[in-house]
Amino acid sequence: MSYERPADLARALALRAEGGRVVLAGGTDLLAATTARELAGPVLDLTAVAELQGVTLSPAGLRLGGGASWTQVARAALPPACAGLQAAARVVGSIQIQNRGTVAGNLVNASPAADSVPPLLTLDAEVELASVRGLRRMALSAFLLGPRRTALAADELLLAVHIPAAALAGQGAFEKLGARAHLVISIGMAAVRLVAVEDRVGAVALAVGACSPVACRLAEAEAGLLGRPLADLPEALDAAAVTAALSPIDDVRAEAAYRLAAAPELLRRALAACAPAPEIAR
Amino acid sequence: MSLDAAAPGLALTLNGEAVSLAVPPGRRLSEALRGAGALGVKSGCDAGDCGACTVLLDGAPVCACLTAAAQAEGREVRTVEGLGGPGANALQRAFLRHGAAQCGICTPGMLMTATALLADTPRPTRAQAEQALGGVLCRCTGYAKIIDAVCEAWRETPGEAPAPAPSGASVGARIERLDGLPKVDGTEVFGADAIPDGALTVRVIRSPHHHAAFAFGDLAAWAARHGIEAVLTAADVKGSNRFGVIPPFADQPALAPSPARFKGEAVALAVGEAETMAALDLASFPVEWTALAAALDPETAKSAPPLHPDRPGNLMTAGFVAQGDAQAGLAAAAFTATTTIETAHVEHAYIEPEAGCAWLEGEVLVIRACTQAPVMDRDDTAQVLGLDPARVRIIPTAAGGGFGSKLDLSVQPLLGLAALATGKPCRLVFTRAESLASTTKRHPARMTATIGADAQGRITGMRFDGDFNTGAYASWGPTVANRVPVHASGPYRTPNYRAEARAIHTHVTPSGAFRGFGVPQAALVQEALYDDLAGKLGLDRLEFRILNALRDDEATVCGQRLKGVGIGPCLEALREDWAAALARAAGHNAAHPERPRGVGVAGCWYGCGNTSLPNPSTIRVGVTGEGRLRLHQGATDIGQGSNTVIAQICAQALGVGPEAFELIGPDTALTPDAGKTSASRQTFVSGNAARLAGEALRGAILRLANMGEGAAIRVAPGEIRVEEGGQAHRIDLTRLPPDAHGYAISAEETYDPPTLPLDANGQGSPYAVYGWGAQLAEVEVDRALGTVKVLRMTAAHDLGRVINPMLAEGQIEGGIAQGLGMALMEAFLPGRTENLHDYLIPTTSDMPAIRTILLEVPDPEGPYGAKGLGEHALIPTAPAILNAIGHATGARIDRLPALPHRVKAAIDAAREG
Repeated sequence: MSYERPADLARALALRAEGGRVVLAGGTDLLAATTARELAGPVLDLTAVAELQGVTLSPAGLRLGGGASWTQVARAALPPACAGLQAAARVVGSIQIQNRGTVAGNLVNASPAADSVPPLLTLDAEVELASVRGLRRMALSAFLLGPRRTALAADELLLAVHIPAAALAGQGAFEKLGARAHLVISIGMAAVRLVAVEDRVGAVALAVGACSPVACRLAEAEAGLLGRPLADLPEALDAAAVTAALSPIDDVRAEAAYRLAAAPELLRRALAACAPAPEIAR
Repeated sequence: MSLDAAAPGLALTLNGEAVSLAVPPGRRLSEALRGAGALGVKSGCDAGDCGACTVLLDGAPVCACLTAAAQAEGREVRTVEGLGGPGANALQRAFLRHGAAQCGICTPGMLMTATALLADTPRPTRAQAEQALGGVLCRCTGYAKIIDAVCEAWRETPGEAPAPAPSGASVGARIERLDGLPKVDGTEVFGADAIPDGALTVRVIRSPHHHAAFAFGDLAAWAARHGIEAVLTAADVKGSNRFGVIPPFADQPALAPSPARFKGEAVALAVGEAETMAALDLASFPVEWTALAAALDPETAKSAPPLHPDRPGNLMTAGFVAQGDAQAGLAAAAFTATTTIETAHVEHAYIEPEAGCAWLEGEVLVIRACTQAPVMDRDDTAQVLGLDPARVRIIPTAAGGGFGSKLDLSVQPLLGLAALATGKPCRLVFTRAESLASTTKRHPARMTATIGADAQGRITGMRFDGDFNTGAYASWGPTVANRVPVHASGPYRTPNYRAEARAIHTHVTPSGAFRGFGVPQAALVQEALYDDLAGKLGLDRLEFRILNALRDDEATVCGQRLKGVGIGPCLEALREDWAAALARAAGHNAAHPERPRGVGVAGCWYGCGNTSLPNPSTIRVGVTGEGRLRLHQGATDIGQGSNTVIAQICAQALGVGPEAFELIGPDTALTPDAGKTSASRQTFVSGNAARLAGEALRGAILRLANMGEGAAIRVAPGEIRVEEGGQAHRIDLTRLPPDAHGYAISAEETYDPPTLPLDANGQGSPYAVYGWGAQLAEVEVDRALGTVKVLRMTAAHDLGRVINPMLAEGQIEGGIAQGLGMALMEAFLPGRTENLHDYLIPTTSDMPAIRTILLEVPDPEGPYGAKGLGEHALIPTAPAILNAIGHATGARIDRLPALPHRVKAAIDAAREG
């Protein structure tokens, strides 16, 4: 069996372009999906690729290397807008999983219940995809196509996630709902990023996960909050606008109807966590 | 860098030493490390769901099962083997001192994860420790003592010896486990750790359908093509291909002939070289399946064709108890309450999947595997293989949890078939999915009951009726059907009573024994109705139970009159906490109506040992000519502590310290039969045998020394010194001829609890000893989301005599964890939850604070008054939690588990109603 662990991106992309290799990073999805002792088939192990590393803030925004672990994301010194993302990073599986699981892996795996996706959506995240053909960027919302489906081409690797500087304004928050405390696949989760202008909602981003094939932003509900007094939050949230945008399923964790009822509540709690004035904290 | 070439190996630092692992680079690091001898790395799921394989990679905890070996190249890996020097380090000492290791299978993962925490935070808070350990599952301890140990580790001195029991007071001493050290230093041998040289690997071909006919293709050609040494099917089973823990109901094939009756049922074995078998894709196995109609629940099964032709209506058996006139009792009641409750399949979810090995020693087949019942394994396996039981020897490995499921055969007959067919040592390690799919579960039940009380609040009568989904084969279903009617009244005076429980076959994994044998399910119904009745009567819920608590010499529903009845004292012991909890909840609720708190209480009783059947235990103790004191202890310690408790009892009787014993066994060739570890019988039954054996040995020694009852005995090299009142006598052991067992002096005693058969109405004396308990739950419910947080449990249990308080607390905390899981999150769905991320068990932060109150109402029959505890601890937990949810919200949960969506629906329904 061929196992390649290149140290640089150029070599990694060349190998990727050859095709036929399973791409391995933290292994937390790939090795969990087999009962075999080892990964079958040719492997492209990305964990030594320098260009995939790092969590870096710059005037242009925030770059999360595709190979950054969730522990690195959780521990980085990031602006308050990223509080929801960092809270999500701390509930991805367990500490063991966070130490190995990567940003790119969570996105490429494209689980509807991926905890990182709602906060990244509220941060207007873009993914940077690399191949021997070059680089391209697209919105995360465009990258995720459905359960286990993404826009990643067969010769591409997810190089990095970019948060534009404009999206690093405000305060982020994340709420996870599961049937136990740790190491749990979410029944649903919600992320909010709120930019206050004086005592009103200047901008707001709302996203919900595990309640639709792909986690999604809630444009109508966001629009309904614009300009509203912070004091009206979180009650001002239009629950009907939230549920209209969702299409949950029944599964072993919960029923669809429950998810529809839970999603607005999770958003309200995340809104309350974002709003700065103590009198409207719940 | 390309790692294609068969390089000398992957270089890394393992526990401070440079090593080279000659494995494929994509091999799981857990497998690579185990292959390199670090068997302290445990594999519980191969999916990152349990954390048992946690190692430190450059100091950070990672699941070794999810890490490719190549990813550790050039890095520093630390496993449990690298923790201590000689003896235990401070954290390991703390685990021993606090009783944090029960079965020990999760312990290496816990230790490594905690080591990383303590490196950053030497004195963590409980919250920090819970957060850090949230990714490692434990099924035995309820985590309380693990968190204690981690938070207190800084106090410990590495290498310190454990404190001995106070002289003359072995019973009651809070001593560390006698078998603890291997559990914390990684040397304990579990089922997957016994690896004979050159062992072949056995893999199992299982039914992918709930019910399916099948036909094999050309097995010989397939075997030849893949280099397989042997393929075995039902046609190769030489003995009786029907095993079962209850012989009259034996019905389960080791390898099924067509049709397979549940998804995951074994139909064939493939045996070959380890490397060949690991690489083998079982999808290529030549078998053609034809799916057949399946009945998955009792309602469907009652009118479906029988799974077993001699069991029409798929009724395996029914248990029945009647006393007085239930109908008249209910008619005379001032108030009655009725409810129906449905429970789920509950999985034992021990962190060790079934595993073992087998080999031939001359004519004798030796099987080394995890088990709770070595002698039953021997006899049943011999029958399947067509061997005389004398030709089968069972040497249990440590069991990484059992809770009832490892009473049944799993790997044993399959290993026997493979070893006999090939003549070579063989190994079989179930995957997590195989363990979940094929081994027994707690019976799902659908139960309806009505209870009535008079105007003063005294129970006047009860009816109970339940269907229990017993799955495809009998297993312990008959026991569940019989125990439920005997116990469904709860530990309360119930003069007019009629209860029936039916075990119904379905095309589902067999339901069997699981901590409580159906009693935890039945308690849910009875305790819910007690809350309803107390409400109608306007009585305090705890006082209502105290009013009806069974007392000494009053008749049980079986007409048995007992001494040492402890339920009243247990309930009364909760009064103060009850009042405080109610006040706390009321105070909280005034300020936080959206997160109401509630308080619930439930009682339990449970008869220890087999129901109206003999179940003797025999214990041998002897002194060798060299002066070694050996205790032949055949009761399997699956974490609950019998190795320590039975030694403490025998030590008390003999008049030595428990640390004086060298423990032998269990091993069917070396230890007399101490029966199975089930039904909370080991402390009581084997304990009594140990007491009798200790007393007999003491008597023999005193006679030899011609000394009186009060003499002190000390076993020393080559001699025994006996002293009393300044007089000393020395018994020269070297001059005594060895007895039949090779000892200078020995004793062997048997104890069988006195019971009487039950008549057609279930009247009789089914058990000689009962244990009692009551638990109080405080919960907080999130109204909007339906999530429940159990804040605090107060558990009062009557043990008759506490042999070891630390181990007793550990049983209670672990029982509460399993009860909490049953109440709130656990549901096995055949074919859908065959992993530990869809099947959820509680993690660290799911557990409440637990206060344990140990009571001692002596039982005249128990050793030093002791009663059993293992099952009792789980029984009241789920009813107390559900009653607390009801108190908080008015919601009645009638289907378990109380997942958030069900709690939310029940709250909404209560609001509308």
